[in-house]
Amino acid sequence: MLNDADRIYQNLYGQQDWRLSAARARGDWNGTADILARGRDAIIEEVKASGMRGRGGAGFPTGMKWSFMPKQSDGRPSYLVVNADESEPGTCKDRDIIRHEPQKLIEGCLIAAFAMGAHTAFIYIRGEYYNEAARLQAAIEEAYEAGLLGQNAAGSGWDFDLVLHRGAGAYICGEESALLESLEGKKGMPRMKPPFPAAMGLYGCPTTVNNVESIAGVPTILRRGAAWFAALGRPKNTGTKIFCISGHVNRPCNVEEELGIPLKDLIEKHAGGVRGGWDNLQAVIPGGASMPILNKEMCETQLMDFDSLAAVRSGLGSGAVIVMDKSADVVKAIWRLSKFFKHESCGQCTPCREGTGWMMRMMDRIVQGKASMADIALMEQVTTQVAGHTICAFGDAAAWPIQGLMRAFRPLVEQRATDYKPPQPLAQAAE
Amino acid sequence: MNTHTEPTDFVFDEIAQAAATKAIARYPAGKQASAVMALLDIAQRQMERLTGSAWVPRAAMDVIAQLLGIASVRVYEMATFYTMYNTKPVGKFHLQVCTTTPCWLRGSDEVVASCKKVSGIEDFGQTSADGLFTMTEVECLGGCVNAPILQINDNYYEDLDATRTEALLNGLKSGAPLPPAGSSIGRQASAPVTNQTALLNNAKLVE
Repeated sequence: MLNDADRIYQNLYGQQDWRLSAARARGDWNGTADILARGRDAIIEEVKASGMRGRGGAGFPTGMKWSFMPKQSDGRPSYLVVNADESEPGTCKDRDIIRHEPQKLIEGCLIAAFAMGAHTAFIYIRGEYYNEAARLQAAIEEAYEAGLLGQNAAGSGWDFDLVLHRGAGAYICGEESALLESLEGKKGMPRMKPPFPAAMGLYGCPTTVNNVESIAGVPTILRRGAAWFAALGRPKNTGTKIFCISGHVNRPCNVEEELGIPLKDLIEKHAGGVRGGWDNLQAVIPGGASMPILNKEMCETQLMDFDSLAAVRSGLGSGAVIVMDKSADVVKAIWRLSKFFKHESCGQCTPCREGTGWMMRMMDRIVQGKASMADIALMEQVTTQVAGHTICAFGDAAAWPIQGLMRAFRPLVEQRATDYKPPQPLAQAAE
Repeated sequence: MNTHTEPTDFVFDEIAQAAATKAIARYPAGKQASAVMALLDIAQRQMERLTGSAWVPRAAMDVIAQLLGIASVRVYEMATFYTMYNTKPVGKFHLQVCTTTPCWLRGSDEVVASCKKVSGIEDFGQTSADGLFTMTEVECLGGCVNAPILQINDNYYEDLDATRTEALLNGLKSGAPLPPAGSSIGRQASAPVTNQTALLNNAKLVE
């Protein structure tokens, strides 16, 4: 188990004050100007050496992402945008950073923005996090008053402004290009890539979008050194990660642990075990709604990191672990995710707009025992027509839970198959 | 079902105007359209303040469009794309029940049933006869380790069950103000309810 001393978020649970003075006592803003004095390249190299991979879901190496930003401005400003649109079902980690460790995020913004040549950063926070946004705004104002933001931020010689932008209820805005559209005052509809944000992002300017947990971890990495971070976790899956353990466990909680921790340890040690004991476990969704479900057999030895989960065709995603005991109807649990994706599809691409509704209705029929074996086969085939056929990864995210269900629980799903013949043709218009 | 009456005009009051000016100033010159989300929120809050119902009338959208120098339709499409803008009146207490899988596994069906029982509302999207409650089904609120969650206006109420949901809503019905947000069982944020395994040496300080 990770030592408390190696936890980045010493106030994850809000046991201490969130305000600047308490944050400083925890080490935030200690020698920030010296960190910036190392220079852009040195900071990026250190973050690269730490092995930090994006904590939002995709796991792209953070330092490498920063290095895509232009070294010389062509006259356009560069922007850092922080994705605090935490909406992946099961995920509630950034919320804790924002409300209990806001100065880590703010300091991380300054360092990251400096490393990519940006004088302005925006934090896009989901609209439902109203109280969290108020807290973060208060923390930003405290930082301005203390000279940590604004001109000559933290005495570094770098001018830096930080703006908080509230969303208003749209999961798709967690997709980086939809987030940028939304920030520009438009509907959150993802953009075609290329051009990538580093070339043309916010307001047509070079932009990097990073997750809250990626940015908030940076100051500690630079203070303690890349070697410290890289020594935690597993090769290519380094460092610590906040896991959110929800569902049928005795004590649901967030906890910061090393990447690569066995799933069983995470559940048994930190979350008080599966309700009714480990043998009562039926299934785990290991990385938020989009990530394919695991059956109990797969859970026995599973390690919780990017590559170990990818090896079983699932994923670490956002680190949200949704546990289901034997009392759960896993087919219905996945249907509910299909309903989520149907509700949240932005409607831009036809395969996703029509396909998510179609998949939801088909899942509903399976839940109700009104689908035949041929229907199930058809549904599996349709998922492959949605995934990979849309502008953004939402189509994939909507198809994966169903594909994962079929891989991990095929006998259970097929048990529901009947000789039922639908009274009307399958194809229906989208609602 | 569009049975409400739209006001014919809308003017930002002093509080809202000050907030709007501040919101617009946050974005780079010429990029004031970025403030459209903030302005819709400000208009909705003004309606809540003045009428007790948080919603954005069409007339307010036109005012926002004019203020930002964008076409009205750009504001309309924002108001309908994002779920948090109410385009028709809602009750004084907007019950937003999360029923997505993590909340459902922890008993969101009970929360929905309790909301129906106390408010008399029969289904999502409806407002109670006394105008006190509107019940909306929402997708994941991002507080999953404290599931099930009911958001009322701006506040999250966490770790609910049927009994505590009914107590909360009965309080509101009898005229009590909204209680402070957070866990209904006194949990410390996202820490396990007992037997904490991490951050053990941190003194517990009241915020």
